[in-house]
Amino acid sequence: MKERLSQGSEFPPLRKIGWLERLVGPDNYRALRALVTTPAAIAGLVLLAIFALVAIAAPLIAPPANPRDPYRIPRDGFSPDPRPMGSEWKHNPPPLPFWWRFVMKTDRWVHILGTASGQWDIFYGVIWGTRTAFRVGITITLATLIIGVLVGSISAYYGGIIDNILMRIVDIFLTLPFLMAALILATILVPRFGKSIYPAVIALIGFGWMGYSRLIRGDILSIKEREFVLAARAVGARDYRILFRHIVPNAIFPTLVVASMDIGSYVLSFAALAFLGIGVEIGYADWGQLLSFARNWITSLADYWYIVVWPGLALVLFVLAWNLVGDALRDALDPRMRTIRR
Amino acid sequence: MTAYIIRRLLLLPVLLFGVTVIIFGLLQFLSPVERSALYVREIPHTEGAVEGIIKRYGLDQPIYVQYWHWLVGRIDPVTGKRVGGILRGDLGYSRVGSQPVASLIAQRFPATAELALWAVVPIIGVGIWLGVQSAVRHNRFFDQVARVFSIIGWSFPTFVFGLLVLMIFYAKLKWFPPGRISDWASAVINSGQFHQYTHLYTIDALLNLRFDIFWDALKHLILPVLTLSYLNWALLLRVTRSSMLEVLGQDYIRTARAKGLPERLVINRHARPNALIPVVTLAGLMVAGLLGGVVITETVFNYPGIGSAAAQAAIQLDVITVLGFALFNGTILILANLIVDILYAVIDPRVRLE
Repeated sequence: MKERLSQGSEFPPLRKIGWLERLVGPDNYRALRALVTTPAAIAGLVLLAIFALVAIAAPLIAPPANPRDPYRIPRDGFSPDPRPMGSEWKHNPPPLPFWWRFVMKTDRWVHILGTASGQWDIFYGVIWGTRTAFRVGITITLATLIIGVLVGSISAYYGGIIDNILMRIVDIFLTLPFLMAALILATILVPRFGKSIYPAVIALIGFGWMGYSRLIRGDILSIKEREFVLAARAVGARDYRILFRHIVPNAIFPTLVVASMDIGSYVLSFAALAFLGIGVEIGYADWGQLLSFARNWITSLADYWYIVVWPGLALVLFVLAWNLVGDALRDALDPRMRTIRR
Repeated sequence: MTAYIIRRLLLLPVLLFGVTVIIFGLLQFLSPVERSALYVREIPHTEGAVEGIIKRYGLDQPIYVQYWHWLVGRIDPVTGKRVGGILRGDLGYSRVGSQPVASLIAQRFPATAELALWAVVPIIGVGIWLGVQSAVRHNRFFDQVARVFSIIGWSFPTFVFGLLVLMIFYAKLKWFPPGRISDWASAVINSGQFHQYTHLYTIDALLNLRFDIFWDALKHLILPVLTLSYLNWALLLRVTRSSMLEVLGQDYIRTARAKGLPERLVINRHARPNALIPVVTLAGLMVAGLLGGVVITETVFNYPGIGSAAAQAAIQLDVITVLGFALFNGTILILANLIVDILYAVIDPRVRLE
């Protein structure tokens, strides 16, 4: 390389650029590379892979009692007293998972992680709660991203009065603290949707999109001045084509990264609402909902520790995994961005 | 400086208008009958009565008229008195609290204020100390541990942490109970022998020289304060650390070192004041968050403050009450922002000159 330069070669030495780097651009490629080279990020990715496997294999790990309604935790009677880990399943046990006989050499299906008050099976709830976490996290992230990108890109592209109005709307949505706002909207929506995951999900979407619209707006403001936009306009492309075919694909990557890493914190907020008792009905397979069972037993938590520890561990590891990955990505994308999120 | 503060004060009504718009917007999700809780205690259910209430309180009028009435109140055509009006401090009637929302807030606020008072010093003091130390010992052992703590703390939901400390320190060790005060102490406080100067139990107990009650109230505060602290420490640590690292890399720090100043002075006099400028914003918002009621922490510890009241109202779908709390919360947040911005101008000349 040195030799070529000293010979006054016309061309600088070329580095091989893979298809991925060409697709996402050098800065973003660096961010993606950080994912597979930073130890913390690798640990996060491995954790996420395990969670994803559990979510996919949930019907095999813990077969549902009623396949039509798998998110309903099966219960073993109605007694208010929690039962310890490993106690036998007495009333209508769900089908035995295939691995149980294999590992334990017995046909007795037990409550591996005990039961919560009301005899809800904690093991089932933790396993299927993984699915709820992914479903909720991905739904909220996708929806907030779409709204945020629409608002932000239209605002930046048209500028002027439209920009002003849209950004003031964003400001108004930001005046209330996130969780408080979501709490209100969920409260309003519960009578309209009934007890399900939807009120909380919609509420979190309703107050979660503003950050992305600000983020992408900033990126588009600089990109729309570039030559290729002018070229597109010169050949007579329509506004929506210029915006969504030329500008947004070039500006979306940083927003996409930030949004995908917010899945963890959305799951956390959803679990917090479920823990407060807003949204999902009792017995829905959700970690926050499972944890709320512990509130009935504060005085004897020393005996019934398994109600707190197992769903709590699942939730903490899930959020931690996203944060580990997110931290590495943020570091790689921009050291100055390592401040706070919500 | 004066110009800056005046400009900032002029922004205040705009922001407050924003909060009222979003709260009023959320109110529009409710049916006119449900909204009548803004004006009446009992929501009627019979057909004719519903019509009457809607007419009487103008709930069928154009939206800007309703907004105006919601702000300043409305003359009740039957009694001739002015009813409602958030600017008059009338936030409607709370079904859950069986009292006006405003008096429910006033009743719950001292508990929240007491929690905030005791939480704010450990949170901000320790959080900033951790951040500064972590930056000074960049990439050394202390820094690594602090960063691991920060990311784990940031991932630990408050309610999981709260339940865990309750499990250990209350269920197992019986050291610190949930709630706000023990029954015997509550009996003393409400007995009439005990003067409630501030309604903050710890301070009142000291003023009444009842150290047993002071200790009891303090015991109830320790776990919530701990729970609020760890999360905010994680946040403050991140922000202080990165800001401090940025400042430590600047030329004037090298100058200070080059002219032979002791490292302690370089850190404390030259670096830290500048590094704390962005931290002021975060700390201000944290205080506002504490005063606005911490919904989850108060609920976990059964602490009777603003946050747990809001959560109870939400569970029972009492939207009027929740919106009242949100209005209070949003207003506090805006005022805190104002104070932070003014503080900013005081400590940072660059802001003033802009």
